[in-house]
Amino acid sequence: MTQAFRIENGGLINRDKKLSFKFNGKTYLGYEGDTLASALLANGVHLVGRSFKYHRPRGFFGAGVDEPYAVVQLYRNGETEPNIKATEQELFEGLEAKSVNCWPSVNFDIGAINNFLKIFLPAGFYYKTFMWPKSFWYRIYEPFIRKAAGLGVASTKHDKERYEHKYEYCDLLIAGSGPSGLASAYAAAKNGAKVILAEDKPRFGGSLLTSDVNIGNQSGKDWADGIIAELKTMPNVVVKNRSQIFGYYDHNMLVMSEKVSDHLPSTKKYHPNKRLWYIRAKEVLISSGSIERPIVFGNNDTPGVMLSSAAKEYLKVYGVLVGRKPLIFTNNDSGYETAIEFKKHGVDPFLLDSRKKPESEIIDEAKNLGINIKNSYVVVAAQGYKKVKSADIANISEDKKQLGKIENIQCDCICVSGFWTPTIHLASQSGNKTKFKEEIDAFVPGQSKQNEITLGAANGVFSLEETLKTSFKAGSELSKKITENDNEIAIPNVVEKKSSQHDKFWCVPLPKGKNYKRFLDFQNDVSVSDIEIALREGYRSIEHVKRYTTLGMATDQGKTSNLNGLQLVSEIENKVVPAVGHTTFRPPYTPVSIGAIVGREVGKHSKPSRKSPMHSWHEKNNAVFVDAGVWLRPRYYKRGNENLFEGSKREAKNVRKNVGVCDVTTLGKIDIKGPDAAELLNRVYTNAWLKLPVGKARYGVMLREDGIVMDDGTTTRISENHYHMTTTTAQAANVLSHLEYYLQLVWPELNVNVVSTTEQWAGAAIAGPKSRDLLQKLFPNSDVSNDGLPFMGYMEGDLFGVKARIFRISFSGELAYEVNVESDYGNFMWEKIMEIGEEFNIQPYGTEALSTLRIEMGHVAGSELDGRTIPFDNALEGLVSKKKDFIGKRSLQRSAFIAEDRQRIVGVVPLDKQTSIPEGSHLVKDDKAQLPNPKLGHISASCWSVEYDNPFSLAILKDGKNMIGQKLFAMSPLKNKVIPVEIVSSHYVDPKGERVRS
Amino acid sequence: MLYINCPHCGMRSQNEFSYGGDASVKRPELNKEVSDQEWDNFVYNRKSLRGKHLELWQHISGCRQWIKVERDTATHEIFRTFKADEEVA
Ligand SMILES: [Zn+2]
Repeated sequence: MTQAFRIENGGLINRDKKLSFKFNGKTYLGYEGDTLASALLANGVHLVGRSFKYHRPRGFFGAGVDEPYAVVQLYRNGETEPNIKATEQELFEGLEAKSVNCWPSVNFDIGAINNFLKIFLPAGFYYKTFMWPKSFWYRIYEPFIRKAAGLGVASTKHDKERYEHKYEYCDLLIAGSGPSGLASAYAAAKNGAKVILAEDKPRFGGSLLTSDVNIGNQSGKDWADGIIAELKTMPNVVVKNRSQIFGYYDHNMLVMSEKVSDHLPSTKKYHPNKRLWYIRAKEVLISSGSIERPIVFGNNDTPGVMLSSAAKEYLKVYGVLVGRKPLIFTNNDSGYETAIEFKKHGVDPFLLDSRKKPESEIIDEAKNLGINIKNSYVVVAAQGYKKVKSADIANISEDKKQLGKIENIQCDCICVSGFWTPTIHLASQSGNKTKFKEEIDAFVPGQSKQNEITLGAANGVFSLEETLKTSFKAGSELSKKITENDNEIAIPNVVEKKSSQHDKFWCVPLPKGKNYKRFLDFQNDVSVSDIEIALREGYRSIEHVKRYTTLGMATDQGKTSNLNGLQLVSEIENKVVPAVGHTTFRPPYTPVSIGAIVGREVGKHSKPSRKSPMHSWHEKNNAVFVDAGVWLRPRYYKRGNENLFEGSKREAKNVRKNVGVCDVTTLGKIDIKGPDAAELLNRVYTNAWLKLPVGKARYGVMLREDGIVMDDGTTTRISENHYHMTTTTAQAANVLSHLEYYLQLVWPELNVNVVSTTEQWAGAAIAGPKSRDLLQKLFPNSDVSNDGLPFMGYMEGDLFGVKARIFRISFSGELAYEVNVESDYGNFMWEKIMEIGEEFNIQPYGTEALSTLRIEMGHVAGSELDGRTIPFDNALEGLVSKKKDFIGKRSLQRSAFIAEDRQRIVGVVPLDKQTSIPEGSHLVKDDKAQLPNPKLGHISASCWSVEYDNPFSLAILKDGKNMIGQKLFAMSPLKNKVIPVEIVSSHYVDPKGERVRS
Repeated sequence: MLYINCPHCGMRSQNEFSYGGDASVKRPELNKEVSDQEWDNFVYNRKSLRGKHLELWQHISGCRQWIKVERDTATHEIFRTFKADEEVA
């Protein structure tokens, strides 16, 4: 297909490189440098989608970030992405796109029936209609809305693209590369400041690409190209195109999304698709320009109605005519500029100006070119369904209330200009309280809250000369403060045409007897009548009107609709616009890919993976790993076809019978040194620590100030003023912060230092009746007899030349030891244990066997110390000193904590000795009781007791102390289980603790 | 993201810190008789101020020092920061 609407010459596209692409299944040609929108328009395609609510045909309204309609589903390199603006998507060879919001197709759309059932969807429709009956919501309304009214469809496949995050710091961050951005960047760069200049479009220059101006005897575009070329050579400047600063956060932190690969058929190897920049700037210069404002008239959403600035951009940048019979409708001089461009390319435009008798240089030029101009004229309605075919126009009275006789004129597009809206989103996001500027009938930034300044059109300054002057000055002064350089910059002379005052007119009244839809928000289908309904129904606050009508709530965030909506409310309510106020602008300014926000933290990178020094040994020996916080720990070592249950049972049995070895490197370790170390421990733990001899370990429990158990573990006195604390794997970081808190803030007088040594030591627990025999062979020169190294004893040993710490402590309840060596020797230690342990039938055991062993011994762990239990609940009250004070002690006097029927740990055995009880099951008295069945307690941990060969669980049970021997039910609605159980002692195996001392 | 001036390390982003609550809370002395009300005030009761607030932060991914930060809870403006043992005037 030929590009029938492409002019012969001109534009900034590369005509030497033709690109083929598909839209809704049909193949077209475009050029390198096109957007999908410009390429479609070059081929005369105006119908791109259907509107959200009424499913009316929709075309292109803008040429960039402000586009409300032309949202497509994009297909690229086997992936698909929804809700891409065709006006922003650069063309590449093989691009494929489809319309969204159309079912079954863009030309025949079932949802369009909504348009004929207008009564069906007025403002607040969703709130009113879908409320009743409730069952209809799931079966009828919701599926219907989803199917007929959704935007694009997200891919269900894993995203193969890579997204990166980058942190950057700079002196000046400049948002937008139009005249103000370039001038301020240049001045700041010349002063040696570190500058980042960001442009969301592929081309730098902003309005200079399309305006007819001269700067320093060059065209605006040539001047812009020169500045950019120079900036790119400067080492202190980063210049980024395709990069949208979309959020302004606290303390001058801005976030920018850089599209690295979206303009290419596929992402280059080692390149990300997008890069998210977190930029902390000393000063922020917002030069985001302005967006043309529409004028509202009947059927103003018909394809072919678009912003006059967009028509000019398609012509000047892409060499594309949006029509051959353009009608231009304006309330200011900008429409004339577009008309002049058309005329220059041999197309005769027809121009309607709502003003009675405007005069300016631009208007004179248009007149001299012979452009047909009608003053005090307006477009009443566009005619044509899928494309503008003609327009109803009429004379309008001076008070803008009365329309003259309606005339119909032929046209194939309507280019509308209602003056300009400064893009104040970033300034507003920074906390700047914006103010209404009467001369331009729009909001501009007011008092700065952060270090931010807004320049040029974004600040409501539409004169190029003034923009350049203030921007050079701002760039120069702000950088001078930072670098203390003051290099003078000669401000170039500017030639621009002066324009005349715009007309305060944005909404054409309805002619008598006609009920045209007049749209304010094109993406969310909010029309003038919707606002009228909202106000009639009593909504006053603009924030409420917005939510009730959804005005400005679409993905374009009302870039073209907000001010016209406010204007309308102000007219109906008879208030001035500033009194109505505008709704809050929130990040992101434009939609941002979720992938870019997530960055590389996906899959196995979503959190760090910590591995012990013995990890590769575990891997080689068929360990099945489990996540323990950020650690990877062996869950069991698989033999043959064993499953978890069989494998862990074998491992646990072997510990009880022979000897096992478990990797306990993950335990938190804190080195505590100083003359007051014992005093600190005495305040932190619930039990007494002042008399612990050197070479002895002690088990301790620490509380939070609210009396809840925080953690438990053993601490060993290595030497006079040196202790080695262990914490649970999960609480290691919290315990360190806890100790630091008390040492730094509460008791700074204590002379103690704490430091984490978790990574310094590799640990192996050797447990089982044969563990001493094995230990003796590992340390032939040490006396590890029951007298030489008694229970809770500590000694240093020589492991074949490697210095080792040996602790006689036990979590499994068996005779057991923990051996620590420096991490680099961890694997050596492990292999020695396995090698020498062979004659004792040693087997490594994982966390599952470890759990089994501790559960049947009634030793508490994280599932009991769950942030809700006190020492009594865990049968640890014997460790609570009555004599000394410690952290959290006062809280233990709370009435709930000393209640007679306080919850307490118990053991639970199923009556059938067969059925395992799911963890989390509730214990109840009566399994048939009416719901909600009163809960007496819950199962905290379950195992298969290897000692007795039947299931065994621990539970936290109300009045647990007096419940031993009772029969209850364990109920798990999730697993659909009701299990009759008997309550027994939590110390199921070796209740007197004889084995650990043997 | 806040930008916090650690008195030991300099300006650092918020993601290096962890929040520690109201810095004006004083722990009752050890071994001292404390009324229920006094203890509740220490453990549970906080003002949740709107405006200037002296709070604790720990520079966990930096020097690991607990510091005091004077911050406006509504605007997030940070006025001053102090070392743990510095008197707040
Ligand atoms: Zn620090």
